[in-house]
Amino acid sequence: MEAALRFSQFPLLSAIIWLPVLGAIGLLVLPRNHRLIRWFALCVALVDFAISLPLFLWFDKGFKGFQFVERYAWIKSWNISYFLGVDGISVLFILLSALITILCILISWESVTEKVKEFHIALLLTSAAMMGVFCALDLFLFYLFWEAMLIPMYLIIGIWGGPNRLYATIKFFLYTLIGSVLMLVGIIFLYIKAGTFNILEIMKLGLPYHFQFWLFWAFFAAFAVKVPMWPVHTWLPDAHTEAPTAGSVILAGILIKMGAYGFLRFSLSFFPLAAKSMMVPMLVLSVIAIVYGGIICLAQTDLKRLIAYSSVSHMGFVTLGIFSLNGDAMEGAILQMINHGIVTGALFMCVGVVYDRTHTRAIKDYGGLATVMPIYAAFFLVFTLASVGLPGTNGFIGEFLILLGTFVSKKWAAVIAATGVIIGAGYMLWLYQRVFYQEVNPKVASLPDLKMREAIALIPMLLLVLLIGCYPTPFLGFMHESVRSLLEHVQGAAGSAAPITEFIKEGLHVVIPS
Amino acid sequence: MWSSLPSFVAVYPETILVVVASFMVLADRWIKAKNFFTWLSLLTTGLTFAVVFWTQGATFGLSYAADKYALFFKMIFLLALFLSTLISPGFARVVGIHFGEYYGLMLFAVTGMMLMASAKDLILLYIGLELMSLSVYVLAGLIYAELRSLEGAMKYFLLGSFASAFLLLAITYIYGLTGTTYIELLAKRLLEYGLLENKALLFAVALFVVAFGFKVALVPFHMWAPDVYEGAPTPITAFMSVGPKAAGFAAMGRVFLIALSSVQTSWVDFLAPLVVLTCFVGAALAVVQTNIKRMLAYSSVTHAGYAILGVLAGTKEGMAATMMYLFIYAFMNIGAFGVVILLRRKEFIGENIEDYQGLSKTHPTVALLMLLFLFSLTGIPPTAGFIGKFFVFRAAFEAGHPYLVLAAVLASCIAAYPYLRVVMLMYMKPPTQEVSINLTPYLWASLAVSVAGVLVFGVWPDPLIDFARACCASFIP
Repeated sequence: MEAALRFSQFPLLSAIIWLPVLGAIGLLVLPRNHRLIRWFALCVALVDFAISLPLFLWFDKGFKGFQFVERYAWIKSWNISYFLGVDGISVLFILLSALITILCILISWESVTEKVKEFHIALLLTSAAMMGVFCALDLFLFYLFWEAMLIPMYLIIGIWGGPNRLYATIKFFLYTLIGSVLMLVGIIFLYIKAGTFNILEIMKLGLPYHFQFWLFWAFFAAFAVKVPMWPVHTWLPDAHTEAPTAGSVILAGILIKMGAYGFLRFSLSFFPLAAKSMMVPMLVLSVIAIVYGGIICLAQTDLKRLIAYSSVSHMGFVTLGIFSLNGDAMEGAILQMINHGIVTGALFMCVGVVYDRTHTRAIKDYGGLATVMPIYAAFFLVFTLASVGLPGTNGFIGEFLILLGTFVSKKWAAVIAATGVIIGAGYMLWLYQRVFYQEVNPKVASLPDLKMREAIALIPMLLLVLLIGCYPTPFLGFMHESVRSLLEHVQGAAGSAAPITEFIKEGLHVVIPS
Repeated sequence: MWSSLPSFVAVYPETILVVVASFMVLADRWIKAKNFFTWLSLLTTGLTFAVVFWTQGATFGLSYAADKYALFFKMIFLLALFLSTLISPGFARVVGIHFGEYYGLMLFAVTGMMLMASAKDLILLYIGLELMSLSVYVLAGLIYAELRSLEGAMKYFLLGSFASAFLLLAITYIYGLTGTTYIELLAKRLLEYGLLENKALLFAVALFVVAFGFKVALVPFHMWAPDVYEGAPTPITAFMSVGPKAAGFAAMGRVFLIALSSVQTSWVDFLAPLVVLTCFVGAALAVVQTNIKRMLAYSSVTHAGYAILGVLAGTKEGMAATMMYLFIYAFMNIGAFGVVILLRRKEFIGENIEDYQGLSKTHPTVALLMLLFLFSLTGIPPTAGFIGKFFVFRAAFEAGHPYLVLAAVLASCIAAYPYLRVVMLMYMKPPTQEVSINLTPYLWASLAVSVAGVLVFGVWPDPLIDFARACCASFIP
């Protein structure tokens, strides 16, 4: 993949990344006036979103390579540069991150009452690190953002989370850390081979299959935990469930997308041979995640936990699309990541809305909400249907493209994955039925409907659901060039794959010498 | 008069330290304002620092060299001395050990460390080690009214003597084989005499590994560390965890990379299993500690495991990585101990991990500082701890030890838990008791310097990396 670079006159990406950091520092010196802190954080997030809009408007969709590039030498002794840029794969995530940060502040307006200052600092820092991850074109810089995000996220879940938060937060941190350090070893290896952390240089490296295989798995460890893929998904339900609403929204909206983004940006382009030969195992894991995640959802009694497991299933579709190595499927996967961020984020926000009122997440404590809170029920319905993948909502476009592409490359995977859509319809509609229809549960009989602030937070999501559902072209248009060149790069990689038994033997030799 | 003794230039810094230290010990009776000693110690540190740079490059015959390698280590020692002096007054006053000898002994210990870093003669290296160790034994037992302080000092003394004996025995063997104790000369003679396959040499190598293993607390020679760290006055614990450890690494560099460079495979074979053991055992035992000083003691065992990866690499890059790691470690570890000291008052020890519960509520700034130090110790960017780890891992990987690196990174995941637990207690649990802090301006300055070091070198390590590399460039041929 010959990637061209288009430098930008104004350091736009830096501004987007560092503005929240400056905001966080500003918050640090503000007096502990909750109202002031909330408005200040909201303004920072709004400005950040506003300055990220040029990315959407001025992005050259016909340009093959990276745009808005900035590059300065940073740690010269290790040949590390401060190197940022976006292409069609990453640009939408930056916009989504900026949007979700605003919504997170809105949705926590009343639910976070303790340590308000620290909460908003952590939120803004998380936001900055997330956007850094998507912009970084230097592996070291990428890893820096990737790991740095753990600290504020750990605090968000651990301080403002639910009753079982300590367990969840430690589990989240350790899972992610183990995955990350394995990737670190891989990064060190790549650096020693390539002499640089520049992602574009490493892409051209063309390592022999032997190395690609091990490195693929080292990076897999980090990304699979983040996605999360079966069988390393177990941190997600706990973290999602115990996190405060804003934390769940960030987790679902952005954080777990970083894993899938990592697969696209690094695993495929650095190790194309390994990606091709590992296609079937990856598809199998994805299919298991889709079906298994869906079936588990049917057994959940906790609202947030159910949505968390549905994330496992949905992210299974994303990895399925990525590893089908087919243009349609890959574009579908990227779109589905955005969709999932919007829809699941919105669903968590919806759950947060009733949780703030009732402080229970058990499904049995609800019932008949459609009578009590009609506007809320309407919002929830749209997001439910989008999650199911009803035509006309964004979920349909993503899943359809993924299945279409997968069908071309591996029929069996598409067929089994399609059953996941059916299971999805099952658990989501059943959930909706139990919570919104049936008899009105006396516990929730007197709940007030959506407030203006909550509605304002949900409306952008609703509009995006319908917009992408009815007219996805402007969004898909971002991806065409980047996805095409990525696929060309993967398919064009020459070299022969060795049988897997050799690697098992080699692995055994490490453990048992001779 | 001075011009006729030009060769003494190399030991000017050490001379200054010894003179001032002796003065402190003698003058203690007459000087009632004990803060004078704190200031004198700080000033001496600054002056010595300047002189260290000024005398750089001087040598004293074949046995002593103020070369760049030593320069970097002396920088670490003086940094440790500076930060430890700053955290001392408040604590020392509370436990009643705030007198001239306290600072004098620290200066003596640093003198010993400097001798170790500069020594090109094994005997001189031994003398430096003894000077350092004896001073630190006394410092560790300074609160002799407390049983655990005495116990720690006793243990340290006994095990330390064993280590010294091992070192002497190793030197004896080497002398017997080569007829010299000059490090450069004996390296040459090992080759000339064809001693590389000699069993006695192998034995001497093993003895060196044991002796230095004691000094830097590698598993299984770490047994003294938790007790001594717990018993010693906390500022001394902070000092011990950085200074003597760095001195041990300095000596290791001289002995393994110069004197024994021709038998590299043999000492690498001895050290490699120790590294894996150290990383895992240190991390696993830190998990179960309930006393924060013991926890930090085991964490310092683990950190020695990471730092030694650079020595093990046996390259310039590796040694530079170890040096930088130790430099960064000084900031983050003394910073963490500084917070431990903050909690100490007359009637309240503040060393239980539970004492930190809810600290973010009662003292948000202190909790934030501790958070930064602990995440730096964990090795999470953008703190300096990550840069240090990355450097040693990279160097070891490059030198052909990928499996050791893999083991070390996995151990670092276990090691993360104890730090996280403290963060968890500070931030995620409500306070159970009223904890007030004992903040002196000195301590405040030390924490500020530490946190600045942790953050600045985390995002801008360039000059430090370059300097460490430059210091190693001429060290290994």
